[in-house]
Amino acid sequence: MSPRRSAEGGRIDRGRTIRFSFDGKAYQGHPGDTLASALMANGVRLFGRSFKYHRPRGLLAAGVDEPNALVTVLKGTVREPNIAATQIEIHEGLTVESQNRFPSLDVDAGAVNQLAGGLLSAGFYYKTFMGPVVGPLKGTRVWMACEHFIRRAAGLGRAGRDADPDRYERMNAFCDVLVAGAGPAGLMAAKAAAEAGKRVILADLDPVPGGSAKWSGDTIDGLPAAAWAQRTIEALGTLDTVRLLPRTTVWGYYDGNTLAALERVADHKPAPDKGEPRHRHWTIRAGTVVLATGAFERPLVFPGNDRPGVMLADAAVRLLREYGVVAGSRVALFANNDDAYRAVAALAEAGATIAAIVDMRDTVSSAARALAERAGAELLAGHAVTGTKGGKALREIAVQRLREGEITGQPRKIAVDCLLMSGGWSPTIHLASQAGTAPRWDEALQAFLPPEPTQNWIGAGAFAGRFATAAALADGLAAGAKVAGGKPPRKSAQPRVEAVELDIAPAPVFEIRPPGKAGKAFVDFQHDVTAEDVRLAHREGFVSVEHLKRYTTLGMATDQGKTSNVPGLAIMAAALGKTIPEVGTTRFRPPFTPVSLGALAAERYGDLRPDRLTPMHDWHVENGATMYAAGLWYRPMIYGGRGETVEQAYVREAAATRAGVGIVDVSTLGKIMVQGPDAADFLDRVYTNKFSTLPVMKARYGLMLREDGLAYDDGTTWRLSQTDFLMTTTTANAGKVMQQLEYYLDIVWPDLKVTLTSVSDQWAGAAVSGPRSRDVLAACVTGTAVDNDTLPFMGIVRGEIDGVPVMICRLSFSGERAYEVYCGAGHGLHVWEALMEAGKPFAIVPYGLEALGTLRIEKGHVTGAEIDGRTTARDLYLDWMLSKKKPFAGSMMMDREGLCDDDRIRLVGIVALDDRPLGGGAHIVEHDDPAALRDSIGHVTAGCYSPALGKYIALALVKGGKTRHGTRAFVSDPLRKRFGPVEIVSHHFYDPEGSRMHG
Amino acid sequence: MLITCPYCGPRDLAEFSYQGDANRPRPDQHDTDQARWNAYVYDRANPAGPHREYWQHAGGCRKHLLIVRSTLTHAIESVAFAGAPGATPQAPRRAAKGRTKTGPAKGKKP
Amino acid sequence: MAEYSLLSLLKHAWHGNRDWKPAWRKAEPKSDYDVVIVGGGGHGLATAYYLAKEHGITNVAVLEKGWLGSGNIGRNTTIVRSNYLLPESIRLYDFSVKLWEELAHDLNYNVMFSQRGILNLAHSPAQADDYIRRGNAMLHGGGDAEWLTPAEIAKKVPGVDLSRTARFPVVGGLLQPRAGTARHDAVAWGYARGADRRGVDIVENCEVTGFLREGERVVGVKSTRGEIRAKKIAVAVAGSTGRVMKLAGIDTLPIESHVLQAFVTESLKPFVDTVVTFGGGHLYMSQSDKGSLVFGGDIDGYNSYAQRGNLPVVEEVMSEMVALFPGLARVRLLRSWGGVMDMSMDGSPIITTGPLPGMYLNSGWCYGGFKATPASGWTFAWTIAKDAPHAINAPFTLERFHRGALIDEKGQGATPKLH
Repeated sequence: MSPRRSAEGGRIDRGRTIRFSFDGKAYQGHPGDTLASALMANGVRLFGRSFKYHRPRGLLAAGVDEPNALVTVLKGTVREPNIAATQIEIHEGLTVESQNRFPSLDVDAGAVNQLAGGLLSAGFYYKTFMGPVVGPLKGTRVWMACEHFIRRAAGLGRAGRDADPDRYERMNAFCDVLVAGAGPAGLMAAKAAAEAGKRVILADLDPVPGGSAKWSGDTIDGLPAAAWAQRTIEALGTLDTVRLLPRTTVWGYYDGNTLAALERVADHKPAPDKGEPRHRHWTIRAGTVVLATGAFERPLVFPGNDRPGVMLADAAVRLLREYGVVAGSRVALFANNDDAYRAVAALAEAGATIAAIVDMRDTVSSAARALAERAGAELLAGHAVTGTKGGKALREIAVQRLREGEITGQPRKIAVDCLLMSGGWSPTIHLASQAGTAPRWDEALQAFLPPEPTQNWIGAGAFAGRFATAAALADGLAAGAKVAGGKPPRKSAQPRVEAVELDIAPAPVFEIRPPGKAGKAFVDFQHDVTAEDVRLAHREGFVSVEHLKRYTTLGMATDQGKTSNVPGLAIMAAALGKTIPEVGTTRFRPPFTPVSLGALAAERYGDLRPDRLTPMHDWHVENGATMYAAGLWYRPMIYGGRGETVEQAYVREAAATRAGVGIVDVSTLGKIMVQGPDAADFLDRVYTNKFSTLPVMKARYGLMLREDGLAYDDGTTWRLSQTDFLMTTTTANAGKVMQQLEYYLDIVWPDLKVTLTSVSDQWAGAAVSGPRSRDVLAACVTGTAVDNDTLPFMGIVRGEIDGVPVMICRLSFSGERAYEVYCGAGHGLHVWEALMEAGKPFAIVPYGLEALGTLRIEKGHVTGAEIDGRTTARDLYLDWMLSKKKPFAGSMMMDREGLCDDDRIRLVGIVALDDRPLGGGAHIVEHDDPAALRDSIGHVTAGCYSPALGKYIALALVKGGKTRHGTRAFVSDPLRKRFGPVEIVSHHFYDPEGSRMHG
Repeated sequence: MLITCPYCGPRDLAEFSYQGDANRPRPDQHDTDQARWNAYVYDRANPAGPHREYWQHAGGCRKHLLIVRSTLTHAIESVAFAGAPGATPQAPRRAAKGRTKTGPAKGKKP
Repeated sequence: MAEYSLLSLLKHAWHGNRDWKPAWRKAEPKSDYDVVIVGGGGHGLATAYYLAKEHGITNVAVLEKGWLGSGNIGRNTTIVRSNYLLPESIRLYDFSVKLWEELAHDLNYNVMFSQRGILNLAHSPAQADDYIRRGNAMLHGGGDAEWLTPAEIAKKVPGVDLSRTARFPVVGGLLQPRAGTARHDAVAWGYARGADRRGVDIVENCEVTGFLREGERVVGVKSTRGEIRAKKIAVAVAGSTGRVMKLAGIDTLPIESHVLQAFVTESLKPFVDTVVTFGGGHLYMSQSDKGSLVFGGDIDGYNSYAQRGNLPVVEEVMSEMVALFPGLARVRLLRSWGGVMDMSMDGSPIITTGPLPGMYLNSGWCYGGFKATPASGWTFAWTIAKDAPHAINAPFTLERFHRGALIDEKGQGATPKLH
């Protein structure tokens, strides 16, 4: 016989049918079913294969603690591996396959591993696969060859490589009280807090809240507990101050009472509705948290305890009362506590035969005895299950006498198709544990209870070790009243409970060890960690709880030891002759249950960073620009599109600029308004050179150092009035420089009367360069002259272009006569088009970053490739900018001996003598042997073909710098297979006197 | 982590930019004591426990805040504007207490 | 103690694995040693091993305040590489890779060093130049490096987003084939077993609470298991350096402690074969033998001794994961944890004599300490044995910060959160 659907009961809708498939086979279930319950109802017992030994496995649990029944959900081409069958709500068309088996779940070749059992004990891989010590196979080769196969054998489900088409969403929420868990305790706490006017969020991981009330069979306020829970939830749902979040797992407890939760919005449907995300990632900032997360039942460790058909007692109750599934027709119970007797009572009532109750305790309470009698079960007190039989489905158990911890007598065989087991309960303290301190051991409950709070939370119900429904309700009520800040609740506020009173305290025995060779007894079902593995770890000295975990992988599987933690510790404690708290427990880490990466990426999935576009962006694209990402910005690289190569395009653009006029978008430069009576003084402090002497409507090139004396950033700063400066920074450093300046003003010099405003996005800028640049401006600028007298080098004027106010500064990055034209960002495109129009008679060309780079390399101007955070002003021959008349940021640090070493790499120019390109990142060597990869004396920072010189040139940082001018060296670029002779020259390749830009 | 900005109220960690140790005063800009500058730039007390440190509300009002926060628990003890009187340590006239063994380093003019 | 081998494994399995002996003795501390190493993490244990093996100094104790390997050796993302830019770094880390290649045999312990390669993806021409500079530096420093085109990357790492419409399109990648991953815990255990077999005392649950001084000189430690004197005291306590050195009266160091989070997904069938890093942000990921994707990103960026981080970094790292591998959106994060990093002021470590007479300091590994474990131990052992650094670690002094002789791979200066 096998599991079956009960005639009535449960919250499934028997009137409707849902079709789904598992491993290609069609099945039917009902709305309300999980995959686990629906398959069980169809008589399926084999759900998966274990990790290491590929043993057949069935359902162990009914909740998130399920370690065995992991499957892959298929939606179109998208795969979602490792989902517990107990967590999947079936829907029409659901397609699921089993994992970690070949060729099929029923016939799995990997099961051969079971034969090598002793060899595959804990830590076996540390002791072998090392290969020979000498010869061609030494080193890592043998291991890697073995590893290839190990990797294929390991792993659970297979992930897909196709992009997930679904959306994910982030939600921020604030509340007075977050209640995690909507069982009896959580519901009462939420109700009490809400009735006191608090804003409450109530999150529960199940689709239908209610927790144990859904299957306890108790009566609350005269209603079946499930109905009471439903009524309470409905009442809460009518309050504006309460937000109910079903299918939502609170998984992380972060600092400042910030909690993370995952809402599975659409997993229970064939596809998300229009506009709906699949998952929603909640960040909840809660005043107080009520942790009412319940408890997990623990398995017992005995040979063959993993056979399909052996399951947790409470899981069977839940399957029956929540889903209407009877887990077996001939059932036995193996327990170390009274509480588990509820399960036999429930199953007997549903028509199952209770073959036996095997209780390892010699004496059993009268309440439990009464339940046993009513179920018609034979009660075997002082006995233990010592073995199971049945291949892929349980057929028979062996029971022996257990006397003072020793197994005695002959095994008695009992035919059963389902064995329920219970080793007592472990409170679900994971969230509390994340918040900090170590949990407390409770000897009576044989369980770890929550630690003292390090953040603002209150525990309630089974979480706090108060398991009975009445106690949980009282606890929840008290917690709710406490967070509401009111008086302790009146007794009358507490619901009346009718329930069978059973003691939950278990006997402190978790493992049964029959003498002689018995089968494997599993502690961690998913990772195939056996009791013997734990003892082996002990023998080899891996006795600290963390060593145990790491050596055996106990508790490291996807269920994170929810069921295995305490039994594993108990076995280690026994081996050490210590108590469980002396062995200790590991800290639980977030997340409580696994969380999809997509949900955590949320809106950034498919859109990692915002795009920053200049006002002229569309123009560039329309005019054939190839754009590339520079930080968050997109900038034109070249304006190609005529079948040119990149080199042809930039050479044409650069040459046209030097011959006539070119225009480039410089809107991305950082721009900061520095204003106030002390603005000039402030700039003197942060720049290496002086700005207080700068006349109004003049600009100056400035250099900043870091506090450690290395070069930081450069740019021009424009004095617009006595107290107003417009600072420009490099594109890359705009944010960092702003922040550094703010730091200085807030912290170092709070007395200075200066304000800073970032105006990078407010101004659009275009640089017009070349001998005809003045003609272009003269043709379109009104309201000011642009001749040499009115607008000399580094002069600034205000005027208009086609009705738009502009500010023009005559400065040059290209080395040609050039102007930067700034206007309000909203007018950027308009001004750009006006400049293009005015430039037409002069054959103006737009140029991109490649040409910009070419022009600057020809001039020897430095950028981020040279100011790379490791170079000093002297390394770059910018020492002329270091004022000796005043201190400035970095001035006391820039002369330290390590920064003045002769061996430092310093800026030079190089020219290729073999007429081939010099790529950025190529190295420079003195020897002429391409194969001898050694003795680098520096590297190329940026190279180009120089139309002005007719050569391939580059800037480089080379040991000795200037002292090498005129010498020969070799460029060595093995990554790009380039080697060739170069001449080291001054980095001022072109017009070193600067006559072209001043003219 | 939530930081209560004196301007903006409680805001998430994501809005703030850590600006480091606030225990070390920056020497006066005219100070020519190399050891003091070296200590300012490189040496940190790095306590395990309450830590005075600067945070900038970069995604908000952009003010720098002086925060005392435990490096053991991340619990925040106090938040104030960094520029407020007394909030920021003043440059001492002599080297800070406690010894530093990162060695003497004489600046060498090239 | 018995050698580990397939044969011994078979023999023990036949006897039900009942005869295995502890991997290392649970030593009681003696009152006097030649060398006491404070810190039973990877670097401390490696130091003890090489002191014994290379210098014949076996009267050594390693003192660990908790369980052996409880620090960053057991909390990292297991990457081993030497793809560095600066010659000092290349020398150190490449030496380390060479030691890694022999380590399993050397220790008779399979540390599972798997040379699967590390691929740094570049996403802009400027970044490509930067990586090429680094690759060429590696080649000129005696290491290995290759440049891969996007087509070659597509073959090597299926599933990575190589579309031109990606927010940061991949333009190429720097591959170091000899890099890879190793089993982190096994490194601690292997060194512990190796040191123990050579006579080193490994003392767990022994917290140092103070230093014994004779004038300036450090002559021993006070511990929770009594006073222990030694001719030489070596400190290798990444994550606790500030705390331990304060006990010796060193109140400031060029180090800040920061928390770094690491992440694993659930176990998957083979998905990615190499270590991959994403240059559009900061992400490094690989797949463990067990099948989990193991990955991390930036440090949280504030001083912390708490082994826990916060959500913004979690969200950022996951965003980068799914930007790199859009198919992973449906894969689930299994566990995250935090480790405390000694972030130095230039991003490079300190392996030196001093700062007090009789003392030796190994610290400042930022979040790159795991890969350096063998070379760190080897050079530190040399430094302790000879009272002077080896040429490989000579640049990694404590004085270099003040002197300005920085080893700044990232060029970020004295801002620890950026290294």
